[in-house]
Amino acid sequence: MKKKNFLFVLVPVLLLGAILYNCSNSKSTGNFSDAASKVYVAPGTHDEFYAFMSGGFSGQVSVYGLPSGRLFKVISVFSQNPETGYGYSEETKPMLNTSFGFVPWDDAHHPVLSKTNGEQDGKWLFINGNNTPRVARVDLKSFETAEIIEIPNSGGNHGSPFVTENTEYVVASTRFSVPVPQKDVPISSYKENFKGTISYIKVDKNSGDMNLAFQIVVPGFNYDLSHSGKGPSHDWSFFTSYNSEQANTLLEVNASQNDKDFLAAVNWKLAEKYVAEGKAKKMNAEYCDNNYDENTHKATTKKLNDVLVLNPKDCPGMIYYIPIPKSPHGVDVDPSGEYIVGGGKLAAVIPVHSFSKMLKAIENKDFIGEIDGIPILKYESVVAGEVQNPGLGPLHTEFDGNGYAYTSAFLSSEIVKWKLGTWEVVDRIPTYYSIGHLMIPGGDSRKPWGKYVVALNKITKDRYLPTGPEITQSAQLIDISGDKMKLLLDFPTVGEPHYAQAIPAELLEKNSKKFYELEKNKNPYAVHGEKEARVTRNGNEVHVYLSTTRSHFKPDNIEGIKVGDKVYFHITNLEQDWDIPHGFTIKGLTNAEMLVMPGQTKSVLWTPLKEGIYPFYCTDFCSALHQEMQGYVRVSSAGSNTKLLFN
Amino acid sequence: MSTKSRILVLISAVMLFGVFFFPIWKIDLEAPQYPEGIGLRIWVNQITGYKEFDLRNINGLNHYIGMKTIEPESIPELKIMPYIITGFILLGLIAAAIKNRKIVAAWILLFLITLGIGFYDYYMWGYDYGHNLDPKAAIRVPGLTYQPPLIGSKQLLNMNAQSFPDIGTYIIVLSIMGAVTALYIDKKSSKAKT
Repeated sequence: MKKKNFLFVLVPVLLLGAILYNCSNSKSTGNFSDAASKVYVAPGTHDEFYAFMSGGFSGQVSVYGLPSGRLFKVISVFSQNPETGYGYSEETKPMLNTSFGFVPWDDAHHPVLSKTNGEQDGKWLFINGNNTPRVARVDLKSFETAEIIEIPNSGGNHGSPFVTENTEYVVASTRFSVPVPQKDVPISSYKENFKGTISYIKVDKNSGDMNLAFQIVVPGFNYDLSHSGKGPSHDWSFFTSYNSEQANTLLEVNASQNDKDFLAAVNWKLAEKYVAEGKAKKMNAEYCDNNYDENTHKATTKKLNDVLVLNPKDCPGMIYYIPIPKSPHGVDVDPSGEYIVGGGKLAAVIPVHSFSKMLKAIENKDFIGEIDGIPILKYESVVAGEVQNPGLGPLHTEFDGNGYAYTSAFLSSEIVKWKLGTWEVVDRIPTYYSIGHLMIPGGDSRKPWGKYVVALNKITKDRYLPTGPEITQSAQLIDISGDKMKLLLDFPTVGEPHYAQAIPAELLEKNSKKFYELEKNKNPYAVHGEKEARVTRNGNEVHVYLSTTRSHFKPDNIEGIKVGDKVYFHITNLEQDWDIPHGFTIKGLTNAEMLVMPGQTKSVLWTPLKEGIYPFYCTDFCSALHQEMQGYVRVSSAGSNTKLLFN
Repeated sequence: MSTKSRILVLISAVMLFGVFFFPIWKIDLEAPQYPEGIGLRIWVNQITGYKEFDLRNINGLNHYIGMKTIEPESIPELKIMPYIITGFILLGLIAAAIKNRKIVAAWILLFLITLGIGFYDYYMWGYDYGHNLDPKAAIRVPGLTYQPPLIGSKQLLNMNAQSFPDIGTYIIVLSIMGAVTALYIDKKSSKAKT
């Protein structure tokens, strides 16, 4: 009897347990029966969007398709890439030159697409290097890095490279304030000596060429993120700052004391005018501007020595501070250009400022103080509304173009959807886990494609097959076409994805280059046909003008190389066909292999240290007789008389 | 010759100018690795690729089977053919001007003979390229030759070669049909008069 009773109790308990277990299970994995068809891109068909994701500590940009989440390419930007030879070839080494020397890595955070009239134009992608302050420009025809410009007087280029409405400028604000100009001072003299800078880089409308137009010296806070205005706020850019306490140690506590920090609103049109009027002072500053020329297939470094600097004290009306609660992170401007959304990472609300109210407050001189010549506007006079209960740790906001905003909340690990104007939260969806940025295709522009939002997550823990202590970070694709957000897909990312951008495939696909025209190849070491292939010697410097075509090298037997020679292989791919790269490497090469696109020339330095025979071969399976695509170099002793021979 | 017929002959002659602006034959190669297509266009005075670099790439592929490279500058037919077409245009114009039915008939006959010779020459050209292979070629399949079909399609290793007339040939056919119709109408109308 007792036993029976026990069973009576046990059975329901087990049942309840099983139900609860299933519930909790379905909560984290969901019901995806109809999601699969929404992300399925059939073999041989193309995705609807290109997504460009920052690689964070990988220093690169990865190119994905949406909605499939398929990875197409990793664009080499700030980091050397032994896969292609980027940063190893003689032609691309100058791309990574800085005033600190050759820096073969950076921390790449925010990819930003160029815009015309506030809409994506598909010309270029900009991305910042946070560590050694730089901005790179990627060409969206070749999907290769075309330029990297260094930012002087910056401690770390985090608030960058957000563009103005017509890509007139790319902005760059310093995350770490430092002495401007740099000098050897006690760190404790922070308040006295440390300054921030906000830089405006002019972008040439046709070529995309970047030039540092001017910098604004600002109080020594940490300048974090930025977005430029659009429509009515066209002339302005907005920058968040934290550490208005100006702490120089243990910032996690010491920079979290003030109830409000500041949003800097900069009238760049007026700044431009002040520069034209000669109000800017020329200041010594060392920095590099590296340009890759697609015709010579070669990068060159231009060393620059000065920069124009504006001081807010000399430039009334150019910059204002707007109070914003608790150490803000992101700042985002809605498609109409009226609302400026701040993400106070420790705040209980999301403050939304009004551009028109800001103008009125400036007109009425509604100031509560001034710091170093920068008037501080009254919070209440500028704020349009506050989103209540927005999730914990709100960071970034994107827009769907249908009157809704989507904010990522790091601590509560969710995306919160709220309505512009009423500021009420209408929906929320969990992310797995700890979302940083989020991205809607065109979600920072005047014309968002509000179909998906992508969550960019810092932590994945149990979401994928484990791979030891180091596991992937992730992106999550969420359908926002209906009233309720729906999770569709999880996919791993390259490095750490900070911000990302996506653009309709049709805007880029048709412009994508198939190969480089050999006839236009102006590399000084190029060969335009096998007849030009040759080997020349000048002292201990040997130049091998090597041609590649299916399935052979010319020349493929080289003798007369001596130990200690500096041998430059200049490899030209003579092919003029789509998707026929050739690779090159030689045994013991202490550099990297070279992957050479059709019509392109790449050069690699080899210094043989021992006598013997060295095979070289093609590293890209180019054709049916790829395994036959090889050659030999004979290396003789340093003092030998072996004649220079090649076939 | 009736006015109608004269106009038809005139049109037939003038129409031939079109042959200078369109290829007369096309050879397209289909292979899994070429979803974008690759092929040749044969004109009266040149050979070009379907896309800018196709001729270069086809020559590149052909070296594996030891086929001679196709060099348009060294093909004599491409130098002669423009004169032949110009000759036919002139002859047609003369026929229309002097209203001579016999010249029209001769024009048609001559044209047909020339076309016959042209086809034979084109066949021999294809035969030479397809059979006259480098014995040291990387790919040698005993018994397999690479002559493209005169007209139609044929599988050559991984390539399906499709050889068909292009716009220029259709213009020639139309022109001949025009001249034949002119003669036919004229015969009818002259019969009706008698």
